[in-house]
Amino acid sequence: MATQHSRSAARVMMAPAVILLLGWMLVPLSMTLYFSFKKFLPLRGGDLGWVGFENYVRFVTSSAFWPSVVTTLVIVGGVLIITVVLGVLLAILLNQPMWGQGIVRILVISPFFVMPTVSALVWKNMFMDPVNGLFAHLWKAFGATPIEWLSDVSMGSIIMIVSWQWLPFATLILLTAIQSLDREQLEAAEMDGAQPLARFAFITIPHLSRAVTIVILIQTIFLLAIFAEIFVTTGGAFGTRTLTYLIYQRVLESQNVGLGSAGGVYAIILANIIALFLMRIVGKNLDA
Amino acid sequence: MARAVKPQRKAINTAVAWSIGLLIFFPILWTILTSFKTEAQAISDPPVFLAFDWTLENYGIVMERSNYARFLWNSIIIAGGSTILGIMIAVPAAWSMAFVPSKRTKDILLWMLSTKMLPAVGVLYPIYLLFIKLGLLDSRTGLVLVLMLMNLPIIVWMLYTYFKEIPGEILEAARMDGATLREEVIHILTPMAVPGIASTLLLNFILAWNEAFWTLNLTAAKAAPLTAFIASYSSPEGLFYAKLSAASTMAIAPILVLGWFSQKQLVSGLTFGAVK
Repeated sequence: MATQHSRSAARVMMAPAVILLLGWMLVPLSMTLYFSFKKFLPLRGGDLGWVGFENYVRFVTSSAFWPSVVTTLVIVGGVLIITVVLGVLLAILLNQPMWGQGIVRILVISPFFVMPTVSALVWKNMFMDPVNGLFAHLWKAFGATPIEWLSDVSMGSIIMIVSWQWLPFATLILLTAIQSLDREQLEAAEMDGAQPLARFAFITIPHLSRAVTIVILIQTIFLLAIFAEIFVTTGGAFGTRTLTYLIYQRVLESQNVGLGSAGGVYAIILANIIALFLMRIVGKNLDA
Repeated sequence: MARAVKPQRKAINTAVAWSIGLLIFFPILWTILTSFKTEAQAISDPPVFLAFDWTLENYGIVMERSNYARFLWNSIIIAGGSTILGIMIAVPAAWSMAFVPSKRTKDILLWMLSTKMLPAVGVLYPIYLLFIKLGLLDSRTGLVLVLMLMNLPIIVWMLYTYFKEIPGEILEAARMDGATLREEVIHILTPMAVPGIASTLLLNFILAWNEAFWTLNLTAAKAAPLTAFIASYSSPEGLFYAKLSAASTMAIAPILVLGWFSQKQLVSGLTFGAVK
């Protein structure tokens, strides 16, 4: 039973983290809101007064807005589908008896530890370069014309790079979940005559659904914010400009802070819609 | 009871799993191999796999040209500093939430997680402006602060889930024996929590080391860590694959090895304890 004394002590111990996070959230957020209602061009006249909702209207009516929303959703969705599907298959494979399981695990999770600027540059130059890349050599070896990966199939290339980075994460978590699956349940089902496919569909998949949900939640948080992968590969060209990248360009490249801030508010709203949906799931898990 | 597995079946599993594992690892392997080639061999067609003249000259060129040591030191200070500071702030918070929960504990935890979902780009300019005003732009102190705040929700969550597993009875017994809160934390909780704190430390060090939004946008020459060092290779001149590979290998090698050692604690840490 917690006493009154320990309760107030607990509050004091929680205070630094809560106050810091509150400040980290509220101070920049209110500044973004403030700027979003202003015409603010730091390099061309500075603060040019209040403009009401003009920035909000201009941001969504600019021709770059909807494509950037679509790009964001395609990248996040594409990476989620690839990593979850391949992750489930890989996790099942890695759970089978084999020699050198530990080493295979290390090989599979390694990409997760590679910093985003490195993986993006390595893929861009050493694999996807249309002249000197390994893919180009491979294509030529089969008599095909090398593909201009980052301009002709730019979205596919970005999704591939990011999936390579996140597949280890999905695999590792799903593997852990599979390992906690009750062997006896599977064997009982087998004795009752359930076919492998049926065992997979009715026992393994339901058991994994919780882990899959968690993988989707955590990956979405990180995927909505991917930046370096686009920054060092296409620089937002060839239809790879995500909402994050568009706002970055408005704020730091064209130094139109008012417009960029309005975009920032949209990004925050979009992230919150997804977060709300996902929070509910985590909240349920907290009770369990 | 596990059943005996036919050797053929095991051999097939092994072959398939190793092929896929090597395929996934290949870009890293290729980068490491290329770092030991000459620039001409690095782009040769057909590519050479192992039969090339191994050389260390790329490492020498990269170190000499870009002052690699300074970037490395910045990475260590920024990732290490933000992680340690974050843990110092998060331990008391997570402790009180795990052992003196109130009706609002769950809401606070979820709220903390929600701050992690705030897109960084939405607050890019305010942070940029504050950094200029406070003289923190291109400083390690500034990045330590930002990365600490960015990872604080994850640190609190990880510690919370580890602390939750410590049986409350032990603490009650200590309390009966007259231990104060301070003593409880220092003498009972801390030793039991060391493994949890260690894996939190490791994971957040890795996350901070690889962070590439704030480190790219808030640094220039002075405080730039390895993420920015590598990004400087995105507008190359002439042949540069071997040098890029050497620079990349140096940037990822330390964290790759740390990652291999931490893989056991990784899952419960990254899923906020929801998958074990």
